[in-house]
This record gives sequence, C-alpha cells and structure tokens, in this order.
Amino acid sequence: MATYKDYMLFDKLPHTWCAGCGDGIILQSIAAVFAEMELDKHDITLVSGIGCFGRVDDYLDINCMHVTHGRALAAATGVALGNPELNVLVTMGDGDGTTIGGNHLIHCARRNIDLTAIIANNYNYGQTGGQYSGTTPTDSITSTSPYGHIEQNFDICKLAEAAGASYVARSTAYNPVQMRKLIRGGMEHKGFALIEVMVACPTHYGRYNRQGEAADMMKLMNEQSVPVEKARTMTEEELEGRIVTGLLVDKDREDYYTKYKKIIDAQNMDK
Amino acid sequence: MSKEIKISVSEKRCKQCGICAALCPKHVLDQEVGCVPVAARLEDCIGCRLCEMRCPDFAIEVEVK
Repeated sequence: MATYKDYMLFDKLPHTWCAGCGDGIILQSIAAVFAEMELDKHDITLVSGIGCFGRVDDYLDINCMHVTHGRALAAATGVALGNPELNVLVTMGDGDGTTIGGNHLIHCARRNIDLTAIIANNYNYGQTGGQYSGTTPTDSITSTSPYGHIEQNFDICKLAEAAGASYVARSTAYNPVQMRKLIRGGMEHKGFALIEVMVACPTHYGRYNRQGEAADMMKLMNEQSVPVEKARTMTEEELEGRIVTGLLVDKDREDYYTKYKKIIDAQNMDK
Repeated sequence: MSKEIKISVSEKRCKQCGICAALCPKHVLDQEVGCVPVAARLEDCIGCRLCEMRCPDFAIEVEVK
C-alpha cells in the first residue's frame, strides 16, 4: 500500500520552514491524501505561489509549477482547462491567496474551475518578516502594525462562499485527521474547492502577540475552534474570535470546463 | 500492552519545536531543551499516530505491529 513517503522527496529534507511552523503538517496531509486515493503521480499537478506555504512544491515528487506572487490560481486555471483529466491542486498562503491574489480567488470561485485550493492561514506574511496581511485579526501586533492592527480582517471561507465556491471547508493544523478528510473531499469534488487551514507562525505572529511556543499556539487554535454544526446554533457575538471548522459549503454546481465543452461540442455538431 | 509499538525520531530532521511532546494525548513523549524527544512512557502509547501526523518536520515515525 502506498504511503505519503512515496509522493515526497525525502532527500530535500529538512525543509526550510521554521521550527513549529504548521506548513509541514499540511504538506504531510496532502501527500497522505494522494496515497489514500492511490493517485498516479502523473495525474496530479500542483501549482504554488510565493510565500512560506508556496514552498510545498519543493518537497513533493509530482508535477509542480511555482509561479509569481498571487497568480497561482490564474496559472492553475490554465492547467485545469488545458488538461481536464488532471487533479489540480493549488497551495497558497493567506498573503498570496487572498491579499495579493484575492481577485483571482473570487473569480476562480465564481467561474467554478475544477481545482482544489489549499490556503494556509498564519495571519501574516511570514516569509518577509511578519507584516500584516488581509487576514490579520484586528488589534493584533505585526511588524507593520506595532501599535495594533486597525483594519478588519477577511474571512476567507465566507469570501469564497459569497463568490460562489461549491466546496468550502476549514480545518486547523491541530487536527490533521479532519484536515485529511476535508482535503480528500475537496479533491473528489467536481468544481472549485477551497480548504482553509489555520497554521501557527511562532516566529513572527506568535512572538509579536505573545502567544507562546508552537504547541501553545496550536492549543489556542483548538480552544478557539467550533465545529460548524455547533456554530449554526450560536449568535454572531458568540462567534467573535472563534474559528469555525468543518465542511462549510458542499453543493453541486456545473463546473466551467463541463459547460465550455458543451458549447464546443454543439458547435462541432453543426458543421 | 497488547500491541507492539516502536517510536523513532530522526535527529537529522527534528527541529525540536516541542509539538509532539506537548500535544500527545497520553503524554508518552518527553523533551528537554536542546534534545530531540524521547518516548519515555512507551507502555502508555495507544498508537494513535497523532505525533507523526502533527510533526511538521517528518521526523517521527510510529510503527504499530
């Protein structure tokens, strides 16, 4: 039976991420899902952007593409439409996926391109020194907001849902079992799937906000988590500062390629 | 203990972040500053593999026979 090791380049380890960074946990989950689904390496394509989590492609033994900042979804759209047989995965951080490339995210969700986007949310731009991003919570300290962040943060899942994504889920690095289940669900889903994973950044965000070591940050993440079934019974005030986890949206919507193919076939029939 | 469990830690890959020892549900692992974690109470291990799944550095391996 295949294990996650069959999809990884172990000679490239140890990786470049900081001690305690949750990105490695997601990387293992992605490779484990490939093994669970027994996918052929040649049937998978992973497109990654710039940022800490954009480095995922360096350690996977599959077809990968590393593109410019924020444009991973744009490149992946081309891959998914060029060869619809491929399982296309996109890995982005919160800065890459929603702040720099926010426009691509909403349009990819609107068009319902058949791909799986995994966004690792660590609340800041980790690779460049901990600057605030679009998902940094209000009042938290980062290197560019030393007196507290005054802006309102994005809720990535709500944004994707409003833009029309047909599969939206959220998990935390604390819960790798749930993460695997949701990533697998997203890969099996036909259409745009977005999985947001909350990860700890103990080097920048954790240090600035005095959240302790990586394990303390992960414990805090678990305390803040609320399963989606329970969250539906809670008021908006009660959900303030909480992380709603689980499968948030799962609906059937015809994906872009299927619709496009129908038009092409209809045109060819007329000739 | 009905199962035979072996926990191995790669010294080369471990960055000593302390996640595995702090989050183990049965407190099997011990970690001191500057050292890689050791399975001090292996008899308590239930083989859930959470330490392996939560290790960001692919350093822990749990073998359950």
